[in-house]
Amino acid sequence: MSSPRPDQKNEPWKDPAARPYVRLEKLTKKFGDFVAVDDVTLNIYRGEIFCLLGGSGSGKTTLLRMMAGFERPTEGRIWIDGTDVTAAPPYERPVNMMFQSYALFPHMSVQKNVAFGLRQDRVTAGEVDDRVAEILKLVRMETFGKRMPHQLSGGQRQRVALARALVKRPKLLLLDEPLAALDRKLREHTQFELLNIQDTLGVTFVVVTHDQEEAMTLATRIGVMNHGGIVQIGTPTDIYEYPGSRFVADFIGSVNLFEGRIVEDEPDYVRVASDELGGSFHVGHGVSAAPDATVWVALRPEKVLLARERPEGDGDNRVEGVVAEVAYRGDQSIYLVKLASGRQMRVTQPNTMRQGTGDRIRWDDRVWLSWDSSSPVVVTQ
Amino acid sequence: MSPARVGATRGKPFLLGELMAWIRAHGPWRRAAVGLRARGLTGRTLVTAVPYLWLLLFFLVPFLIVLKISVSEIRLAMPPYEPLFTWISDNVVGLRINFENYAFLFKDSLYWKSFLNSISTAAISTAACLLIGYPMAYGIARSPAAWRNVLLLLVMLPFWTSFLLRVYAWIGILKNNGVINNMLMALGIIDEPIQMLQTNFAMYIGIVYSYLPFMVLPLYTAIERLDDSLLEAAADLGCRPVKAYFRITVPLTRAGIIAGCMLVFIPAVGEFVIPALLGGPDALMIGRVLWEEFFNNRDWPVASAVAIVMLFVLVIPIMIYQRSQGQQLGTHR
Repeated sequence: MSSPRPDQKNEPWKDPAARPYVRLEKLTKKFGDFVAVDDVTLNIYRGEIFCLLGGSGSGKTTLLRMMAGFERPTEGRIWIDGTDVTAAPPYERPVNMMFQSYALFPHMSVQKNVAFGLRQDRVTAGEVDDRVAEILKLVRMETFGKRMPHQLSGGQRQRVALARALVKRPKLLLLDEPLAALDRKLREHTQFELLNIQDTLGVTFVVVTHDQEEAMTLATRIGVMNHGGIVQIGTPTDIYEYPGSRFVADFIGSVNLFEGRIVEDEPDYVRVASDELGGSFHVGHGVSAAPDATVWVALRPEKVLLARERPEGDGDNRVEGVVAEVAYRGDQSIYLVKLASGRQMRVTQPNTMRQGTGDRIRWDDRVWLSWDSSSPVVVTQ
Repeated sequence: MSPARVGATRGKPFLLGELMAWIRAHGPWRRAAVGLRARGLTGRTLVTAVPYLWLLLFFLVPFLIVLKISVSEIRLAMPPYEPLFTWISDNVVGLRINFENYAFLFKDSLYWKSFLNSISTAAISTAACLLIGYPMAYGIARSPAAWRNVLLLLVMLPFWTSFLLRVYAWIGILKNNGVINNMLMALGIIDEPIQMLQTNFAMYIGIVYSYLPFMVLPLYTAIERLDDSLLEAAADLGCRPVKAYFRITVPLTRAGIIAGCMLVFIPAVGEFVIPALLGGPDALMIGRVLWEEFFNNRDWPVASAVAIVMLFVLVIPIMIYQRSQGQQLGTHR
């Protein structure tokens, strides 16, 4: 799902010698008794698109606002490019933000909105005009300079807001739910545009979003947040394929979780017995868990195969069930299959054949579910 | 009610309803409604006509009467002015229009001086109200939501007492043996009372005090509507708070500033009671001149001419205000 980003090939976060561009150290923010951000330590590297992903109230926006300088951390420090900016007011930080509401100044034209930031610095009028024209061209709004914000569509406002935030060439660009106000088609289109712009300018992005698809498309790395803390940091692939907890597995994409316990514990595989799943199953990776501890097997719906006949071979990872629901989604169908234990397993299959042709699986059909032993992930919390 | 009658009325509504429907469909009302609608008169025009009728009866008609008096001549009778129309002979009506009253206003320096004095007094009071009112409104709009209504209520609280009583209260505070002077003398700061009552100072205090709520309320509305994220965006783009205030807050609350200034300036120009009670004898306000012409000199035509000129002087800022309102509506959403 993630695009091959040049930065991802470098993977500076795997290099212990690499110097983080933005460093958050033990950052905590309390509003009265409420802990909005709880002891977050985070390194972000130059040229990254780092997505903070979490539900509402997870603290992701507060974390972003602390980077922008709108909130003063209760504890902890913030470094940007080697400078401690913890106490710096927002107007002295080399950081710009694109607001969720875009926050365009309603009494200024597009041109003046974009020029506003440059006017605050000692930039000559000629250079202001040149740089505004250049950035408006980059976001393909060059013909809209004279328009007022209320004369623009949502997508156009979003571009102006982006241009206004980028024109000062900030060291760090913060984006608060940048695409939330756009409709689906435009959102997908803009996601790729954002990637192109980031490639062109090489600015480091920190994006706050609650939309996991958005995070998967944009991010070099994702930090999943819950209750003010970062639960897991990793590339989109890491987060999706190797979730570290039930929360992450469940939050990113859809997942089938079955409770069980480890009955065989070897360095390169484990065997998990699960009454919910109906038997014991082979999982092709080692797990560090106490013997007999309760674990959960996470199985992505698209990694389960659906068949009428019992699959060939003598593999362990297969169960029988009855189709309880079928949802046709065009490109794929979603099946809810009821297992012997009463639990339902969600399975998605691409519709490689046109509907109405061939023998397709319907309600109340008895089916076999099978998966590769490398597919399930065992999480212990 | 006896059971029999209940039974009878129970059967009735059905019949009555049918009857009413028939009348509505065929009766003279129907014909009248259709006829009126054909001439562009519907229930909606009737509703919108009410405010127009109100303005016609209580604004336009009195205005025309005052206009009529202003172009007539004074006479010692009741009413104290010559009629506009006179029967010259059986079939001829004479119309006498006398511009002498207006010419008189320009000849006698008393009038234009008091006009200027009123306008400058109103302008200074408006500026003072704005300087005091803006921080107040800003403070209220930025206070915790639970506090806002309480603070607004406090702003409006003086309206619960009569305006005259409140002005008299200021006399009690400012007079030579009033609260302030007594306190200062008791503290030994001064030896003899400072003359405050019947000075311009007292008059300004009275006007600013009385009209401040009219400044605060529209300003509060404008500031409260201001989106916080705009100021954050300005700060984020490198704009310091003071500059952001003048570049973002002031332009975006302009409608409230203009509304507040108009609400203070217009009544302050014609203010009569406060200058008379608190101001000095030289505080020659046009409202006072008007009063004296009407009640002391009993020169209704000149008094009416003063009123008409004052109206036109005030219509100009109102028109400016209307235009800026129109622009606001045009440019912001």
